[in-house]
Amino acid sequence: MYRIVAKKVLAPTIKLFEVKAPKVAAKAQAGQFIILRVDEKGERIPLTIADFNREAGTITTIFQEVGYTTKQLGCLEEGDSILDFVGPLGKPTEIENYGRVVCVGGGVGIAPLYPITRALKEAGNEIISIIGARSKDLLILEEEMEAVSDKLLVATDDGSYGHKGFVTDLLKQVLDEQEVQHIWAIGPGIMMKVVSETTRPYKVPTIVSMNPIMVDGTGMCGACRVSVGDETKFACVDGPEFDGHLIDWDLALRRMNIYKDEEKRAEAAGSCGGGCGCH
Amino acid sequence: MSLVLEKTPMPSQDPKERIKNFDEVATGYTKEMALKEADRCIQCKKEPCRQGCPVEVDIPAFIAKIKEEDFEGAIKKIKEKNNLPAICGRVCPQENQCEKYCTLGKKGEPVGIGRLERFVADWQLETGRIEEPQIPESTGKKVAVVGAGPAGLTAAADLARMGHQVTVFEALHVAGGVLMYGIPEFRLPKEIVQREIDYIRKLGVDIQTNSVIGKIDTVDDLLEQGYDAVFIGTGAGLPYFMNIPGENYNGVYSANEFLTRTNLMKAYKFPEYITPIKVGKRVAVIGAGNVAMDAARTALRLGAEESYIVYRRAAEQMPARKEEIEHAEEEGVQFKLLTSPIEIHGTEDGWVKGMTCIKYELGEPDESGRRRPIPIEGSEFFMEVDTIVMAIGQGPNPLVPSTTPGLELKPKGTIVAEEGTGKTTKEGVFAGGDIVTGAATVILAMGAGKNAAKAIDEYLRNKK
Ligand SMILES: Cc1cc2nc3c(=O)[nH]c(=O)nc-3n(C[C@H](O)[C@H](O)[C@H](O)COP(=O)(O)OP(=O)(O)OC[C@H]3O[C@@H](n4cnc5c(N)ncnc54)[C@H](O)[C@@H]3O)c2cc1C
Ligand code: FES
Repeated sequence: MYRIVAKKVLAPTIKLFEVKAPKVAAKAQAGQFIILRVDEKGERIPLTIADFNREAGTITTIFQEVGYTTKQLGCLEEGDSILDFVGPLGKPTEIENYGRVVCVGGGVGIAPLYPITRALKEAGNEIISIIGARSKDLLILEEEMEAVSDKLLVATDDGSYGHKGFVTDLLKQVLDEQEVQHIWAIGPGIMMKVVSETTRPYKVPTIVSMNPIMVDGTGMCGACRVSVGDETKFACVDGPEFDGHLIDWDLALRRMNIYKDEEKRAEAAGSCGGGCGCH
Repeated sequence: MSLVLEKTPMPSQDPKERIKNFDEVATGYTKEMALKEADRCIQCKKEPCRQGCPVEVDIPAFIAKIKEEDFEGAIKKIKEKNNLPAICGRVCPQENQCEKYCTLGKKGEPVGIGRLERFVADWQLETGRIEEPQIPESTGKKVAVVGAGPAGLTAAADLARMGHQVTVFEALHVAGGVLMYGIPEFRLPKEIVQREIDYIRKLGVDIQTNSVIGKIDTVDDLLEQGYDAVFIGTGAGLPYFMNIPGENYNGVYSANEFLTRTNLMKAYKFPEYITPIKVGKRVAVIGAGNVAMDAARTALRLGAEESYIVYRRAAEQMPARKEEIEHAEEEGVQFKLLTSPIEIHGTEDGWVKGMTCIKYELGEPDESGRRRPIPIEGSEFFMEVDTIVMAIGQGPNPLVPSTTPGLELKPKGTIVAEEGTGKTTKEGVFAGGDIVTGAATVILAMGAGKNAAKAIDEYLRNKK
């Protein structure tokens, strides 16, 4: 069992957990993820590592309540435990001094982007961060991102804060104004796709972090396959980070929706997913 | 006494009923049936069956005990060599092992050795007469076992019996390996596997689940942390795909994913269990080994109307256990032999709608001694299916080999280990099971675990 030592509500449906998992915390690096299973009947879901504290032996994860399991997870409180928690999985981000780097985060994607940005900053890069959300109340980690960036730009879809529009509008401006050596983009699939399309003509290497459906997270099942260039890769072991310009995005987006109907059925039948009184 | 040429039939659930449930298909011999079957054994002098058993169980001796109705004596005899008889009695390919050499087999059917093994193992589980293990005095040596499949669990149990302190690291949330995530409930009830694991825990073995070696710690980390030896039994868990167009459409599964969702995650009880699985009306399983049979039969139980085995070679060449093929046929699985897909087609929104297949004919024997399938030009045809399961084999998972410098590997990524001891090219590191042989059998994995335990014990005794 893995105890939740701290819980924070970052936005109405976005929650942060610090989970006691000393062995995972000892090895975790930016860009990696964990897989958890809430209870005996639960499914295994991947969550990207948003931070880690080696001394305290904790892993921070941030998640948005979008389906059955994330809603069930959101119902847990400080002091509760998660049955299974395995990691750190996947390859860490390749941190180097590239020069000027743009870090683009959308929605909860800002959470995994944060430790990467911090590590890139520590490696000596000049960081321009662009973060966005649907509206101001859904924007997370603004202060944290500001602290590890040389410049921070914000966009909201509804214009309730910062630029009204998409992160890609701001990204295009940045690319038009200056030379950029590398880009990291993490967010919803569609956002990463549009970022990759935006940066392609500028020929700036663009790394995205894929979040496909997973089961084991160790390369055993192939549920997580993504098509990269001419090859099929397993995101859990070959990724989760890939060259955004080589991803077959239509395929990737379709594969994320395989269980849309089942997700609804689970929620309808489930005892949590709203029934716990906290939704 | 006259010879009885036919095996006592195995009672089993009616095929029409059983495809609606996940309960065990073969329900096991009664005492009377077991005695009748044991009586068929003529206790011949040559004991040819023994040479067919990879772990050298004294088969005539255990059958003789059954004849005397000394079931306790029978199971003791088996357990001298085989730690997991309830499992092996169910899943060993007996027709290629012990039963292949049975003298009776020359005239009629061989003695049902596997069925008798299962009978006494189940008898012991049911009557609860399992001895409390004797835990010997500690040697003060620590051994780490990586992977809790049959190889790792057997090595761990034997090492614990020798007095060593054993910790097993398992990537998944349960121990058991393929026995838990791959082989379906209707063939190997998980409760039986769980009991074996509980017994191994009673021996003092510490099983740490959720521990992916290569990520949380490497083999070198374990050696540095004070483990005196490491056994690697990480299996052949990496699923192969065909690399044909359309393989990533929604509705194409690897057998591992299909079976893991169903067995390990209990998707057949969705939505009580939260992991979903999607099975269409017409399912094609590519391949004809045990894995393929398990997937095709699972598909029926999950509601498929048609379930096909699509296989490049001919019936005689199907690698699955004979009993599994028979059970699949009884249940209505359809066999499309000398056939293989060359392209998968999808709907506009990305779901499988069918595949183009090509027909094969048999040519000259290849390296494996089996006649090579040769594609017939112009024989392409369309097969309408909405779910495809790839069961064309698995390779070794590279997670441990790639993070362990000093381990010599074969070109396909399996670990080089000495036959009979499991010794690798790295000091203090041993390996066995599918990670060494490539995908093989439960009994071979178990045998490798046993041999490695002996070799590790010797290594620890000589180590200063
Ligand atoms: C569907 C299916 C049906 C089968 N049917 C039969 C049958 O009827 N009869 C038969 O004899 N054989 C059968 N087999 C083959 C048989 O199951 C295997 O040969 C046997 O299980 C191999 O044992 P093992 O201990 O080497 O590996 P496995 O059983 O594969 O166990 C390896 C374990 O190691 C774990 N692991 C992997 N990597 C790591 C890591 N980095 N860190 C920690 N743990 C790790 C895995 O999670 C797994 O639990 C079947 C296989 C499958 C897939
Ligand atoms: S999640 Fe199973 S292989 Fe990646």
